[in-house]
Amino acid sequence: MSEALTLPTRRNEDFRYADLNALETLWPIAAEPIAVAEGEEGSLQVMLEGDAPVARHLVITLAKGAVFDLRVLSAGPVYGRIAIDVRLGEGADFTLGAAQLATGSENLEIVTKVVHTALNASSRQIVRSVLAGHAVGTYLGCIGVERGADGTDAEQSVRAMLLDRTATANAKPELEIYADDVKAAHGCAVGELDGEGLFYLMSRGLPPMAAKRLMLQAFLAEAFAGAPAAQALESAAQARLEAILS
Amino acid sequence: MLKIENLQASVADKPILKGLSLTVNPGEIHAIMGPNGAGKSTTGYVLGGRPGYEVTGGSVDFLGQDLLGLEPHERAAAGLFLGFQYPVEIPGVSFVQFLREAANAQRKSRGEEPLSGGEFLKLAKEKAALLKMDMDMLKRPVNVGFSGGEKKRAEMVQMGVLDPRLAILDETDSGLDIDALRICGEGINAIMRQPDKAVLLITHYQRLLDYVKPDFVHVLSAGRIVKSGGPELALRLEDEGYEAVVHEAAA
Ligand SMILES: Nc1ncnc2c1ncn2[C@@H]1O[C@H](COP(=O)(O)OP(=O)(O)OP(=O)(O)O)[C@@H](O)[C@H]1O
Ligand SMILES: [Mg+2]
Repeated sequence: MSEALTLPTRRNEDFRYADLNALETLWPIAAEPIAVAEGEEGSLQVMLEGDAPVARHLVITLAKGAVFDLRVLSAGPVYGRIAIDVRLGEGADFTLGAAQLATGSENLEIVTKVVHTALNASSRQIVRSVLAGHAVGTYLGCIGVERGADGTDAEQSVRAMLLDRTATANAKPELEIYADDVKAAHGCAVGELDGEGLFYLMSRGLPPMAAKRLMLQAFLAEAFAGAPAAQALESAAQARLEAILS
Repeated sequence: MLKIENLQASVADKPILKGLSLTVNPGEIHAIMGPNGAGKSTTGYVLGGRPGYEVTGGSVDFLGQDLLGLEPHERAAAGLFLGFQYPVEIPGVSFVQFLREAANAQRKSRGEEPLSGGEFLKLAKEKAALLKMDMDMLKRPVNVGFSGGEKKRAEMVQMGVLDPRLAILDETDSGLDIDALRICGEGINAIMRQPDKAVLLITHYQRLLDYVKPDFVHVLSAGRIVKSGGPELALRLEDEGYEAVVHEAAA
């Protein structure tokens, strides 16, 4: 227990890319418990905005048949961390849609541990990062499937778009599977904006910034698709995008 | 309207255009034909300002401006439209949203008022109807999942909405079925056959020229215009092939 109060070091995998100086000012991070009862549904939007460092730790427990939809927008902090631990009961369903937008020397990270503890639970994580300047964007995502949690359906889709060669994306999806009948799909990609697409849009009269914004909005929208508050998230993301591009 | 003089350009350090000259006046339709790899699409890209297409010599004047000194979006606002041989798919970006933003960006740079959502939709509907294109298609992401022919029609809808002074149409006829060919041909005439507009039509076949009758036909080979003539040149090319005609020009 006392261990949780000790400031982590880089040797701790979950903090490998963290800004330890910023973390020191935030430590210890209080865990925020969220429990969804049997058969209930819940949703939450978390926005990390403003430029002050911030670190959150959500601990989510989903009972049998519970459904939870979590959306995260990290856009602004010099250091922004959100750790998400989820335990899914039988037939529970968890969605994470997260977008991180960073520029300058900002460092944003999402660290998830999603554990399927019983039969037929499903989880999907969609993480989209747009990184400019010398920014660092990290996703560390571990999916655990406990013994007996057959019928698990777990999905991770992680993509980062680098607007400058100097930006860094870290992505590490991990699987720890102790059941037999498990569907686990993960995709991970780091890329740049498609130059051909950009030229096509510009050839129609869109200035470079507007062309990039349109393509990046579409890219980020994947993280917000189906969210109860998709509109609010999209417009907050758009405002930050415009600031990053200008 | 367009005056290309001794244009030279390279792609990936490989010289492609090797002294291309061409003058297009308002009201004229010019066809450019020529063998695969001659540099036809490259000409369109260089005029459109595509990154990676490096101009190494020559000049291009468009409506009194140095075209080569403008950014791609500035060329569009100046009145240039490039119809792509292979229109690009852009996942997640809605066709109508993109086209409205593009039209309004052009209008803004010309000091005109932006089109309201309603005005834009009315205009888009009118042009879609002209090209017999289902409006529902335009609500989809740009070109995603469009068939080859649908992509080409969508290019023409864009041209109709953007209302350019000069359209460079790169193989608009390829991929079109027989009816679509006629519809696109008539669309090009309706949109572009005006005294103050001009068209540069890149094509391999006479079939499009049956609908859009050119005033001049040029043969582009190995990065230069090697022969120019009237509409009869296209017919002769179809009969005799490039080989014979290009040889005769070289001799
Ligand atoms: N990125 C590139 N790198 C190297 N060579 C290139 C590149 N793009 C084009 N080329 C070359 O430039 C030449 C001209 O190509 P272009 O597409 O302009 O031909 P085209 O006349 O349009 O041919 P087609 O009738 O087949 O459409 C070709 O030899 C092509 O291989
Ligand atoms: Mg070509």
